[in-house]
Amino acid sequence: MPAVELKNISKRFGSTVACDQIDFTVELGEIHCLLGENGAGKSTLMKILFGLYSADAGSVVLRGTELSLRGPSDAIAHGLGMVHQHFMLVDRMTVTENIIAGQETTRHGLLHRSGARDDILALSRRYALHVSPDSLIEDISVGEQQRVEILKALYRRAEILILDEPTAVLTPQETAELFSIIRKLKQDGKTIILITHKLRETMAISDRVSILRDGRCVGTLETAKTSPEELARMMVGREVLLRVEKTPMQRGESVLEIKDLEVDSPGGGLHKVSLELHAGEILGIAGVEGNGQLELEEALLGLREIRSGSVVLRGKDITGAPTKLRRMAGLAHIPSDRLRRGLVERFGAGWNLILGSQWQWPFARRGVLQPKTIEENARTLIRDFDIRGASGAVDAGDMSGGNQQKLVLARELSREPEVILACQPTRGVDVGAIEYIHNRLVKKRDQGKAVLLISAELDEVRALSDRILVMYEGQIIAERPENCDESELGLLMAGHTVERAEGAAQAVTTDTGQKGAIDA
Amino acid sequence: MWLEILGTIFSLNTFEAAIRLAVPIALAAMGGTFSERAGIINIGLEGMLLTGAFAAVLGSYFTGSAWLGVAFAVLASAMSAALFGYFTIELKANHVVAGVGLNILALGLTTWLMQVFWGSRGTSPAVTGVGRLHIPFIAELPIIGRLLGRQSPFVYIMFILIIGGWVLLFKTPLGLRIRMTGEHPEAADSLGIKIRFIKHFSVILGGAFCGFGGAYLSLGNLNWFSMNMSAGRGYMALAANIFGQWNPLGGLGASFLFSFSDAVQMRLQGLDIALPHNIIQMIPFVLTIVILAGAVVKARPPAALGNHYSPGK
Repeated sequence: MPAVELKNISKRFGSTVACDQIDFTVELGEIHCLLGENGAGKSTLMKILFGLYSADAGSVVLRGTELSLRGPSDAIAHGLGMVHQHFMLVDRMTVTENIIAGQETTRHGLLHRSGARDDILALSRRYALHVSPDSLIEDISVGEQQRVEILKALYRRAEILILDEPTAVLTPQETAELFSIIRKLKQDGKTIILITHKLRETMAISDRVSILRDGRCVGTLETAKTSPEELARMMVGREVLLRVEKTPMQRGESVLEIKDLEVDSPGGGLHKVSLELHAGEILGIAGVEGNGQLELEEALLGLREIRSGSVVLRGKDITGAPTKLRRMAGLAHIPSDRLRRGLVERFGAGWNLILGSQWQWPFARRGVLQPKTIEENARTLIRDFDIRGASGAVDAGDMSGGNQQKLVLARELSREPEVILACQPTRGVDVGAIEYIHNRLVKKRDQGKAVLLISAELDEVRALSDRILVMYEGQIIAERPENCDESELGLLMAGHTVERAEGAAQAVTTDTGQKGAIDA
Repeated sequence: MWLEILGTIFSLNTFEAAIRLAVPIALAAMGGTFSERAGIINIGLEGMLLTGAFAAVLGSYFTGSAWLGVAFAVLASAMSAALFGYFTIELKANHVVAGVGLNILALGLTTWLMQVFWGSRGTSPAVTGVGRLHIPFIAELPIIGRLLGRQSPFVYIMFILIIGGWVLLFKTPLGLRIRMTGEHPEAADSLGIKIRFIKHFSVILGGAFCGFGGAYLSLGNLNWFSMNMSAGRGYMALAANIFGQWNPLGGLGASFLFSFSDAVQMRLQGLDIALPHNIIQMIPFVLTIVILAGAVVKARPPAALGNHYSPGK
């Protein structure tokens, strides 16, 4: 008897169809990946299974019994547990409080914290899910937060565990650790459903894989009998090049020099960051998010005060220069958070494509915007950058992530910049668009422009960069050439010293060790 | 002269008055705490206090029993809170707008009903009040006796309610669920916690606390109701709630700070000081502003305060 059977599930949001007659079966005790691009309907389908959404049509069958789940509490009662992509944890409460809420043990009507604490520690030992029960969530690492989420489900006696994009926020080592926990859970008889868009992880961990595309299930395969290429094809619906084609670098003169940059920030800031970026190269900055990448991005753009040090752009000291001046001096910026800094969601393509140039000829003449020129500009760029669903009065906020990102890319690259600051350029973007964005960046580099790539996706950094810097706690702790060892990079990102990382890399073979292919 | 002023400020009489004056503010502040811990900004405390003050007198007037009046007050304030909850939780009205609406409604309704029942716009007739307790054992203690020995029963009720409220919020499963709802409703929902129930419950419970506070305003001392009797105490309570970091005990401390400055102001007016009395009367308000300006910087409200939660159904 299968653990989960979803039959003929459909769900619409307004006019978009998120799930279109999906059949999905998970056997007891297997690790099953649900693979698909952003917006393919993976999360929606799992939220239906977990009772967070109700399906418009179709049925949910758990271990042979058809159920109508009225909410997560029903799902929990039937042995389901879900670890959401955005953790459902309260920052200001302790690990224990977060785990027991809704399922509290009491003594004389009051919370029985010490009892709950013992239960949690017992579970944590059993599955090697190390947590400190009395810490506040805001004080623990992302990896530990994820373990808390898993414990939350186990504490509720979950037999079927749904993990939504669990590796998105983890270093390669943390990922390996998570995978060994997942295997332990499987040994213990639990059923695991893993939502992911990463081909490599699917290959590494799953027994079977179901692929969703545009709200439909396009197939279920045994992992051992498939390949990343086949999965990518099924996911995207066409052949996808999993490698970035790159010619050898033609390195030019230095165009951006950062010296001893010191920046203050509540998150830790930057300490003595120095780097030199040359024309014709892509310099990648690898690191786990929150290690100073955002501060570097903001400092280079003039959005954050620089305490000391200097930034020289093409021979011009721009350390204290206003943002507008930096952009005029040839700096382009693909922001790490496109909705916050890249776009105005309520503007259409036309206005979004002139942001930052709105005061300049030909978009403005004598202080008055020129609608015809702006429209013409939009038409050209939408065509050149293959931006879909951007015609007419469609707001940027209503476009898909990939097309929003192409909109930003189109605006920034069309300004003919010399230095491109690309921050998390493919975050939340589908495989097809990733391929496109990567190729565009490489093309700029081939044209002799300089690209500073800041990305938390190690595979992306490795695929695009000609040189890699590793950032940890606001410092640049190592420089590596392209084609460097992945597990060593992972260790460096986790803050291991250079010597130790070099030694350890030889000993460690990570779980995700298949090299070469880029993650989708 | 300075010694005289200081002696007046720090006399037992001032402290005794401060405890008395803190009662409505502290109770309403805890009302605000419960509501806001569940994520609902509660600017309607003022209206709930006023409703309570009026309903208490009305109840006492018709039944002749002060304590039935108190019960009336609790019920009426809880009902006004339920109305506020319906608008903010079910209809997803902006919390501040709905709260201000409730305040205006309470002011208009109580003034109008005073006209209907007693034909008067200014004040109600005097009714039976709850009087004062004389607790023999405590009254004979040296300092405590002066402060607490001959207080209104409301003072004791306040202490009991506030300690009870603190236990409820921080030591019980229900309290944990309330706090989680105000911090992260999605998380609470994903754990099967009934968000809407928690929110309604917290707002209504908060209203009931305001009812006690309002009843004290009218039946604790004066034994009548007058137009706009709450006179901004609901807003002070909201401030005390913030300054007290959304904790009933902190709210009590902050309320006492406000009421102490109020008591000082009243005592100073009795002295012959060469300052216009308007200036002296400003003291508590200036203090409120200064404290708030300082406290707001550090205050960290429940993370989802003021947000509407809609599950994706």
